Formats: sequence, C-alpha cells, structure tokens
Amino acid sequence: MNVLSNELKATGPTPESAGVPAVTTARRRRIVIYSLRVLLLVVIIGGWEFGTRIGMIDKFFWGQPSGIWNQIVTWVMQGTAQGPLWEQIAVTLEETIGGFAIGVVLGVIFGVVLGRNQFLADILGPYIKAANSIPRVTLAPLFAIGLGLGIQSKIALAAVLVFFIVFFNAFQGVREVDRNLLANARILGASQWQLTTAVIIPSALTWIIASLHTSFSFALVGAVVGEFIGGLQGIGLVIQTAGATFNANGVFAAITILAVVALLSEALVTALEHRLLRWRPTTVSDVTI
Amino acid sequence: MTTDSSALTQNTTSRATSAIELRAVTKRFLTPTGQPYTAILDVSLNVAPGEFCAVVGPTGCGKSTTLGLISGLDRPSSGEVQVMGEPVQGIDPCIGYVFQSDAVFPWKNVLSNVATGPLFRGQPKAEALQHAREWVARVGLTGFEDHYPHQLSGGMRKRVALAQTFINEPQILLMDEPFSALDVQTRTLMEDELLNLWSSLSASVVFVTHDLEEAISLADRVCVLTAGPGTVKGIYSIDLPRPRKVEEIRFEPRFVQLYQEIWEDLRNEVMISYERTKQRA
Repeated sequence: MNVLSNELKATGPTPESAGVPAVTTARRRRIVIYSLRVLLLVVIIGGWEFGTRIGMIDKFFWGQPSGIWNQIVTWVMQGTAQGPLWEQIAVTLEETIGGFAIGVVLGVIFGVVLGRNQFLADILGPYIKAANSIPRVTLAPLFAIGLGLGIQSKIALAAVLVFFIVFFNAFQGVREVDRNLLANARILGASQWQLTTAVIIPSALTWIIASLHTSFSFALVGAVVGEFIGGLQGIGLVIQTAGATFNANGVFAAITILAVVALLSEALVTALEHRLLRWRPTTVSDVTI
Repeated sequence: MTTDSSALTQNTTSRATSAIELRAVTKRFLTPTGQPYTAILDVSLNVAPGEFCAVVGPTGCGKSTTLGLISGLDRPSSGEVQVMGEPVQGIDPCIGYVFQSDAVFPWKNVLSNVATGPLFRGQPKAEALQHAREWVARVGLTGFEDHYPHQLSGGMRKRVALAQTFINEPQILLMDEPFSALDVQTRTLMEDELLNLWSSLSASVVFVTHDLEEAISLADRVCVLTAGPGTVKGIYSIDLPRPRKVEEIRFEPRFVQLYQEIWEDLRNEVMISYERTKQRA
C-alpha cells in the first residue's frame, strides 16, 4: 500500500519512503512515467483510428492515423505534388534558419545598443512599441509583393517575427546586468567596448538564450505562413495544397513532419544553451518537459 | 564639476604626504521619491602612502559612498577628492576595489576571473593567464582554476575577488565590508590573509566596515563616521604592533582598551541610526 501510494503521487518533487532506497524510487518513478506516456499515445491514436473504423469519426474531415502514415510513406517514396519531400523540408528549414539567424543577430545588436544607450532608447521606444503591437504575420503579403514568391519573402517574415522576441529579451537582459559586476569591471580596467563584450553580453546571454526557444518556433511559423501566402515550394505549400484538395490526412502528415523538425531544432537550441550557460548552477534550468 | 585653481596649486604640496585626500567632501543623492538626501557631509580625511585606514560607522552613514568617490565611480557634490596627489577624474588604474557582495563574474572560471584585470589592461593572454595562475596559488586556490564561482564557498569566492584585485597591484585598495557575508571563522582567516597580501603590496587601504573589532585588528587608523549624513566624528591611531595575528590580537589588553575608547564614540551613533530605522519601520 505504501509503495503503491508512492508511485501514485510520484509527481511530487522527492518521493521519500521508508526502507526504499532513493535510486530505486527514482527509477521506478521513471518507468511509471514512460509507460504512462506510451499508454496515453496509444489510447489517443488508437481511439482515433478505432473511431474512424467504426464510423464515429468522419475520416474525410478529420483524417485517420493509418491514412496519415500511408500519406507520409507515399510522400517519402514518390514525392509530393511539389517535388521530393526532403526538398520541401529543406526549403522550409532554409527559410526558418535564415530568418532565425537574421532576426537573432539584429535583435541582439539592437537590444544591446538600445539597452546601453538610454538616450537612443528614449527616442526609439514608442516606435518599437508601436511596431511590436502590429500582428506581424500581416506583413506576409507585403513581403510577398516586395520580395517575390521565392525564399526571400519567407526569410524576411521569419526574421521580423524573431527580431522582436530577441530584441526585447536582449534589451531587458542588458538592463538587468548586476551593477556590482559593471562597477567591478570598470575598476579592473574595462573600456566601454570591453564592458559590452565581456560583461554585458555574457550576462544578458541568459535572457537571450531563453528567447531562442520561443523564437525558433516563431521562425517556423513565419516560414510556413509565408508559404501559405504565396510560395513555390516548402512544407507550408504542401499543407496548403492538401487543404485545398480536402486531403485531411495530407494536412496531418505535413503537421507531423513539422512537429518532428521543430522538436529536433528545439533539442539543438537546448544543447546550445547547455554549452553556453554551463557556468550556471543546474537548478536554474531544471524545469524540462 | 568645479575645480578651483587654489586646489590645483595645492596638489604639489600634498603629493608626498597623502595617497588619498578628501577635502570637505559632500555627496547628495536624489532619492527615488525625488527628495534630496545627504549621504556624507563635509568629510575630510587623509590616508598616507602604505597606510591601512579603517572607516567604521553605523548602517547608512555613507561609508560606501565615500569609497565610491575615491574610486571615481561617483563624483562628489562639493569638495575635492585627490588620489596620489591628483584630483579624481574617472577611474584611476592604480585603484583596486573589493566589493561587499559577490562581484566576481559568474560565467568565468576562477582562472579567467583572476586574469580579467590584466586582460582588460591589454596584457597578452598567455602572460595574463600565467600571472593569474600565480595569484590563484597565492590565495590558496590551486586546483580550483577551472571551477565556476557557484561551485565555490563564500570564502573561496572572496579569495577569487582578492586575487582579482591584487593581480593589478593597486597602490590604493578600497574595501567595502568585504568579509561581512562570511562566517566568523572564515572571516578571521580572510583577515589574516588580507594582512599578508597587503604587507607584500604596501598599498594604502581604505577598509569600510561596521565591525569595530575587525577595524581595530586590521588598521593603522580607525575613522569613526556619524550616523547619516556621515561626518568624521573621530580618528584613532591603532598602535598595535605588526605583524598581527587577527585571531590572537583581540585578547591583548591594548586592543581591549582601544576598543572601549572607540566604542564609546561609536555607540551613540549606532543608537541614533537604530532609533531612526525603528521610526521608519
């Protein structure tokens, strides 16, 4: 009874129970969590599949897991209407990474410059707030007109989405730099430039990196929405084509592919975070899902 | 910024006698509510080359403000601050400053933290790291070069801060309650360590503390400030022989005598400051 109740309340921070070594408890907890996760997936996918088989869910509108899987297999084997699947993934990734890189670099530069310069921040502040209040996906048609249907317009949209997230985080990060650290660096002989590169940026890095998680998914949104609005290639276009031909399985298949891409890139950002912020005590970032 | 010509002409005469000189220095701040607040009022103080001067006073008497003015991080509202016979304009490279809270860089390991000063000052990297390695050894942290500050104890972080400051070989050393966050045993050890390092460096020290025992055991002179706005209430020469052992000197009869004498002076100020905080609460 005691053991059972411990497993049930395993979500608590440290399940301690008399006589059971902590390692065993932790391992048992992990096994329970993983099996419940798999069970949940099986119930949802299985229920969905079963529901479509008995006709409770209309597979024409809501798709069917086996159909989604077949669609992915077909795309992999025979390619999509727009060409080989990997090419579509590559195009969307290229737009995402391009926009992400441009947005991050510009966001960090603007954030640091404005964070360091109160005068400039006071002048530009209202305009940045105004620009930030615009729902930025609405810029997509503008970029399509100005930059054409190629990847440039998608990169621009992704970059704009990323820029504001990174900018605000970098700006705040610079503002929050410990005054003691600044004073210490100045006494130790830092020039203004050294103060920026050796104290302010490393110290704001915690903020900047935290923003990279959200901004990568925003870059992906930018690329896909850009392809919706008008594109020649990419997963967004695959989704749009599937939607236009009432191919629900196709939409779900493309979403699944995007999800895998997003999760992989998220893992990359996390790895980067661990690399850059390894000086931090581990307790800070132990909230992982 | 007002520099009158009479002060400039006096430079030449004061150069030899004082490493640090404060002349009728007043510093006012604006509080967040917009009220002017006088931190220190009309403070005059001289510190001779190689002298260890402790500044004691109750909480909020402007001890840290004084250090800020000497370091050049802050400017006085009136009066003049001179360091090595020159009026303070910006941060002088001959100054070292050990802060009250942790000011070591958390993203740098021990070795790079210690090497920060020389690197900022343009020393080649290999040379700076070599130099830093020596200083890490001198403060007894050999083997911890690759550790990050959060992996160290409070006392060890203070050692890093000391090495980081001393590696620049400052002629003027400003210390703002550097050991106040440490436990009593570690504190005594660090005080001894400081005296050792200081004797090899022969810098002028201004050591701010609220702990009179610490002030007497370390300093050549103790300066008592009044409750805010801080003014100089009294200056006492500490004629205890050097080299001193901090953990032993506290039991010397002369130490006790000095302690009682200065405490008489300090107690009133501490009471005033205490009454004020009670009223505010």
